[in-house]
Order: sequence, then structure tokens, then C-alpha cells
Amino acid sequence: MSYVLLILALPLSVFVVNGLLSGNLPHRLAGWLATGSMGIATVLAWLTAYNYFFQSSSYEKIIPFRITWLRFTETLQIDMGILLDPISVMMLVVITTISLMVFLYSMGYMQGEKGFVRYFSFLSLFSFSMLGLVVATNLFQLYMFWELVGVSSYLLIGYCYDKPEAVAAAKKAFIVTRFADFGFLVGILLLSYYTGTFDFTEITNPENAAVAGMTGISFMGLSVLTWALILIFMGGAGKSAMFPLHIWLPDAMEGPTPVSALIHAATMVVAGVFLVARMFPVFSFHAPEALDAVAFIGAFTLLFAAIIACTQTDIKRILAFSTMSQIGYMMLALGVSGYGSEGLGFTASMFHLFTHAFFKALLFLGAGSIIHALHKNDIREMGNLRKHQPVTHIVFLIACLAIAGIPPFAGFFSKDEILSAAFASNPIYFGVAALAAALTAFYMFRLYFLVFWNNERTYEHTPHESPVIMLIPMIVLAIGSVFAGFIPFGNFVSSDNQPLHTHLNVTIAIISVMVALLGITVAWIFYKKESSLSEQLSNTFGALYHAAVQKFFIDELYLFITKKIIFNLISRPIAWFDKHIIDAFMDFTATVTNWVSKEIKGLQSGQLQHYAYIFLSGVLLIVLVMIFTNT
Amino acid sequence: MMEHVPIAHVLMVTSTMFFIGAYGFLTRRNLVTMLIGVELMLNAVNINFVIFDRYVYPDQIEGHFFALFIIAIAAAEAAVAIAIFINLYRNIRSIDVEEVDKMKY
Amino acid sequence: MATSAIIFYTIAGIMIIFSLLAVTSRRILRAAVYLLFALAGTAALYFMLDYQFLAAVQLIVYAGGIVVLIIFSILLTTHINEKLEKPAWGKVFITATLVLGGLMLTLFVLTNHEFVLGTEPTAEATVSVIGERLLGYQAGGYVLPFEVISILLLAAMIGAIVIAKRNSTKS
Repeated sequence: MSYVLLILALPLSVFVVNGLLSGNLPHRLAGWLATGSMGIATVLAWLTAYNYFFQSSSYEKIIPFRITWLRFTETLQIDMGILLDPISVMMLVVITTISLMVFLYSMGYMQGEKGFVRYFSFLSLFSFSMLGLVVATNLFQLYMFWELVGVSSYLLIGYCYDKPEAVAAAKKAFIVTRFADFGFLVGILLLSYYTGTFDFTEITNPENAAVAGMTGISFMGLSVLTWALILIFMGGAGKSAMFPLHIWLPDAMEGPTPVSALIHAATMVVAGVFLVARMFPVFSFHAPEALDAVAFIGAFTLLFAAIIACTQTDIKRILAFSTMSQIGYMMLALGVSGYGSEGLGFTASMFHLFTHAFFKALLFLGAGSIIHALHKNDIREMGNLRKHQPVTHIVFLIACLAIAGIPPFAGFFSKDEILSAAFASNPIYFGVAALAAALTAFYMFRLYFLVFWNNERTYEHTPHESPVIMLIPMIVLAIGSVFAGFIPFGNFVSSDNQPLHTHLNVTIAIISVMVALLGITVAWIFYKKESSLSEQLSNTFGALYHAAVQKFFIDELYLFITKKIIFNLISRPIAWFDKHIIDAFMDFTATVTNWVSKEIKGLQSGQLQHYAYIFLSGVLLIVLVMIFTNT
Repeated sequence: MMEHVPIAHVLMVTSTMFFIGAYGFLTRRNLVTMLIGVELMLNAVNINFVIFDRYVYPDQIEGHFFALFIIAIAAAEAAVAIAIFINLYRNIRSIDVEEVDKMKY
Repeated sequence: MATSAIIFYTIAGIMIIFSLLAVTSRRILRAAVYLLFALAGTAALYFMLDYQFLAAVQLIVYAGGIVVLIIFSILLTTHINEKLEKPAWGKVFITATLVLGGLMLTLFVLTNHEFVLGTEPTAEATVSVIGERLLGYQAGGYVLPFEVISILLLAAMIGAIVIAKRNSTKS
């Protein structure tokens, strides 16, 4: 299966070619080059999935390619390789498929934009890094691709680099995730220090004595292993926009909409989920406390983001908070999961990741289609678009139904599994998840009704349907959003790579559908027609509503901590010390040197014979010393 | 032919010649006469190579080749040095070493 | 005292005397001629050591080349009748002390050192041997230094021409 290497090589070469020739390449050629390569990569990824899942009966870990990159000690080395197991194969399929759709869509969306070739070059870089991340054979390779993903995300958010908000958003995303990655790195180093390896196969082996040994060493009440895993999860939380490291994701919506669809909805932000899933055996066997933390953070973010999403008015920000909320579902499912036959949560999480990629990418592409037609983001200025954009309307409705969890759309099945897993673990988590499901249905249909129904607005020019090249990817993803739920996912992906038989839990299914329908109904009453009901409601919840609109002041909190506390109390004294002590010392040495050189410059007389005198006397002196010390 | 002359005597002659050259280099002010001193020193060293070759390793002639190459280099050095003197003379109408101190500090 | 020894001491005396004259004479052209005698004495020494080729080179290059160059430069830069001014007494004193000290040191070392002399039969240094060694590229061959010296000489020649050339911008 060495052709898997080609899946990575194709986007990388497109990045290099497009990046180097960005000034000289015609737009259409560059676009089709990137899209065509991604198409081949997608075919190869599906072929890999077919060979992996259907040509062999047991889902072993396969390493079709591996080279040693850096060797530190006998056991500790950094490899570069490709690891195939059910989750990485699943991720390969998801990433290449969504990438292909986004590439195709971008051909229409970005047409005529300045920097078109650069855009495709960065997008290819992103695809390459993300693919490299999921097939990494060891933690360090994963970490490197993790950072590459962060860089390409930074580049793409800041694509319109002449727009100050975009630049600020790119910096914010990079700095926040980088801060989280610091924890990740410390976690990796802790883990490798005690186990002496980076390799996933060895670390995740439940019989690994070195990993088990780490549970014995305790630090501040928790074992070292738990600390390492919590730190690693910190990296994952940063990338996956979990509370409290979520603040970059809403701002990241400054990037082009297809980028948001690919990076900030379908692929990159689920890297944190993937990371926890990758390390899941370690979490599950040795550090249940860390897993509890994952579940708690997931559940909290789930509800937190859902509440904020209900109050936002920017179409992309609503989707961004929705993404956070859905990733919260995945984290929650992982957190409550057990191992082996208890591993429903694991399968549910991966399943939700899979289905979410389809319908969330579709939602973003639909939003892009709307923005492309209207050139504005505020949903209060939209309305009755179903008349103008019938195809977008249909696919957007499908995506909304899928995310709300209405059968038989994809989201229903995966969400049902998550709710079952949460119910089996802790009723509180179940309650949170069910409440969030209702909120999800509510805010999605609030968005839907406000944009596609409601009153006709006055537009500068009549909105038109998007070109075919943008509609095709949306239709493909819509088909995926309808049918992805019917895949018997447990047969393919499970915590111990043994088929896990899942069945629909009817009671929970009924509850989840009921709450979803409740949410939709409320949204229908409030927003189908222009009415004052929503304003009355927001007035009732005055303080809460205001706080949610302001995203619970988390950004302000960060600013307070950095500006008021860190800058004033720590940075300023250090700056003073630097300016008045360290610089003064440097100035002092410079002054002394200056003075000394002024005093001794007379020695440089420019008289050749003076130099010759000194030279000859020096030689004689040295000879003298040598003779009378050696003999 | 030199069996009757001890090596130390020959070396004494060459060292005397060397230090006479050094004296010339240090006391003369005219650059050409300084060059004469340099040539003397170079010549003394050259003789030393040959002498050590003949006395200490009579079966080899490596010192002789060293001397040959040094002569070639001395010729090159003299040619460049004199070109510099002529240029200097053209520019400042003098080849007095004490007037050539433009390149101090 | 053997004839060869007498010849050697004579040559040595000539070399030292003319060297002294070359560095002390106040007539600059004479100094150059005294240098010529010192160099010729060296050539004679080479003859005595049975290095005829080296002696010939010494005569041709030093006496024929360098001394002539020096004389040319003297003629270009000084008046023939001009006498060099006497060096200052202090300068002479310091230099003489330094030089004599160095000479004493060297002589001290020379007289106290036991030289281990080789007893092997003397190697022939005929022109054919020298030629084969100079252009030999096996062990003991000097073709690489030979070529390097060729390039050095070429570079020195070009450099000398460039430096001494009249500046074209000046009239």
C-alpha cells in the first residue's frame, strides 16, 4: 500500500509548484492543477479505504512506509512514516474528499481574486499537512505536521493581508494555538522522557510497562502520565477550539469562506479530537482522570458554544460556534467512552466527526454561496433567499436537518450514539447533550428561517444562484449528509479495532428527535415571519442574552489578563530591568572599549619600522623563553 | 667539497648575514635599500635550507627544491615591491618609509 | 687547513663584508652593487656544495634579475649623486643592540647544539634529476608546487604591471 505516500506527495508538489510559480501561472491552470491532484489523491484515499476495510478481515496497524529521521538513543528516535489504522484511513477519506469539494468550490468562489494561485498553493499545503498529521506514526511527526497545519491555517486566515481584521485574526489564531501547543510539546516531552519512545504503536500498547510505570510517579496528586495526557489534551483543545482556548475560532472566520469550510469546520479543528482518539488506549487504561477532564471540557464547550450561537448575527460566526459545539460533542463522547466492548463513545465520536465533516462543510459552502451573492455576512440583512437561490436553499436545509439530528439525515445517527454513550456514563452529561441538541436545532433553524424565509429585503442588486462549479460540491456534500449516517460505522472504527455492534437506542432516539423538533418549532415561531417575539425573549433574559452576545466576555478576560496583569505587572518591570540594568552594562562596556582604544591608538603609528622593531623583539623574546625553559 | 667545514660555521655565517639584513631593514629609510636588507635575509635563510640538506640528509635533495622555489618567490616579491615603489614615488614624489604612514588608525 | 676550507672562509668573509657594506653604504647605487657581490658569494657557496644548477639559478635570477630590477628602480626614483642621509644615532644604537642580541642568541644556540650529520652517500643533483623531480607527479614529485609557482609568477607579473602602470585618468 505504498501508494499512500502519493496521497501526501501530490498536494505537497502542488504547493511547491504553485507557490514557486505563483506570479507566472494562469489562474485556471493553477486551479485545475490543484483540484486535479486532489482528485487523484481522493481516488487513492478511497482505494486505500477499500483495500484496508474490505480486503482484509482484521484491522491491524499497517506501516507501509517509514524512515528514521533523527536518532537520539537506542530506543528514542523520530521517524517519518505512514501509519494506517481505521481512524487514520477514515481521516484520509474525509480530508481528501472535503478538500476536493472545497478546491472545486473555490474555483468558482475565488474566481478573479487577487492571489488566486497563492490561495491554491496554501490550500494544498494545508491538505498535505493535515494528511501528514493523521498518518503520523509517532507523536513527534504528528507534532510537526500539527504546527504545519497551524501555519497554513494562519496563512489562509490572513489571506486578505491588506485587511487589518484578517491580519489580526490570523495572528490571534496562531498565537492562541501556539500557546496551547506549548502544553502539547511539554506533554510530548514528558511522555517520551519516561517511556523513551515517540512511537504510537508502542505508547498505545496496553501492555507497555514504561507507560504503566508512569502512573506510579505522582505529582500534585495526579500521576505524571495524567499530567502528560492533560498537557497533550491542552494542545488538542487549542486546535479544536475547546473552552477556554476557543477565542480564535470565531475571529478566524475572516478567512475566505471555503477555507472556513475546510479548515475551521471539517478538518483542522477536529485534529484535537483525532489526537485524543489516537492516544485513546493510554487515556483509557492509565489515566481515567485525564479522560474525565476531556469529557468535562467537551460538555462545557458543547453547551457554552451552543448558547452563544443562539445570539450571534454574523452567519459565519454562528457556524463557527456551532462547530465548537459539535466538537464538544465529539470530545464528550471520547471522554465518556470505555475500551473494547464499552467503546461506544469512541465509535460515536469518530462517527460524528465523519458525518459532521460533511454537513458542516456543506453549511459553510452554503453560507459562502450566500455571501458570494450578497457580499454581506449579517443575517439580519438577509431574507427570503429561497426565491433567489433555490439550490442553495435545498442543500442548506438538508445540512440544517442533518446537524439538528432529524432522521434519516447523517447527524441523527451519530448524535444518537453520542447521547447513548453519554447516558450510559452520566445522566448529567446526557442532560447537557440533549439540551445542546435542542439549542443546536434552534440556532440552526433560526439561521435558516432568517436567511431563507422571513421578509424580502432590499438588496443592492438582485441575488443570483451561484455558478455550477460551486453547486456541484454542495450537491455532493448534501448527498453525503443524507446517506453518511447509514454506514455501519462500528464495524470499521472502534477503540480496539474489533467490530463493535451498535444499534439504535429507540428511547434516546425519540428524546433526541423530540428536543430537536422542539428547537425547530421555537425557531419557526420566532423567525419564520418577522415578529417581536424574539426581542421579548431576549429582553426577558436580559443579562444572560447580553453576555452571550458578547461571547461571555472571554475575549475581554483574556485582554484583561494579558494587558493589565501580564504586561503591567511582569513585562514592565522586566523591560525596566532590561533597559536600565542590562543595557546600561552593555553601554558601560562599550564606553570602556571606546576609551581604551582612544588611549592606545598611538601604538598604530603607521611607521613600518616601528612594527618591525616590535616584531623582531617579540620573536627574540619568545625564542629566549623557549630556549631557557626547555633545556 | 665541504667536508672540512663544520656545519656550525656555515650556519654562523648565514645568521650573521641574516641579522645584517635585519639591521639594514630597520635603519634604512629609503624603501629600495630596505628591500636590499630583505633580500639579504631571504638569501641567508635560503642558504640554510641547502646547508641542512647537504649536511643532515645528504642522500636527499629536498632542501635544494625549497631553495629553488624560494628564489622564484623572491623574484615575484621583488617585482611587486618595486612596482609599488614606483607607484608610490609617482604619487608622493618620495620613497621614504617615514612618509608612508597614511594607513595608521 | 684544507684548500676547500680556505676557499669557504674566503667566500664567507666576502659575503659578510659585502652584506655589511650593502646595508651601510650611503650611496644607494653602490649598495645595490655590494648586494650583487653578496649574492654572488652565495652562488659560489652553492657551487662548493655541488649544486651547480641552483648556483646558476642564483646567479641568473638574483644577480641578473633582482639586482637589475633594484638598480632600475633606483635610477627611476633617486638621483645618482645623491647621498643618503645618515640614520639617527639613537636609531642605530637601538637597532644594533637588538640585532647583536639576536645574533648572540643564535650563535649561542649554534655553538651549544650537537648536529647529527647524515653519513649516507651524497645524492646527485644533476639537471636531469632536477627536471624529473620538478615535473614528477609520483611520490617526491614537485609538479603541483611547480604549477602553483607558475601561477604566482604570472599573478605577480600582472600585478606589477597594473600597480606600476601610469594612471590613465591622469594626463
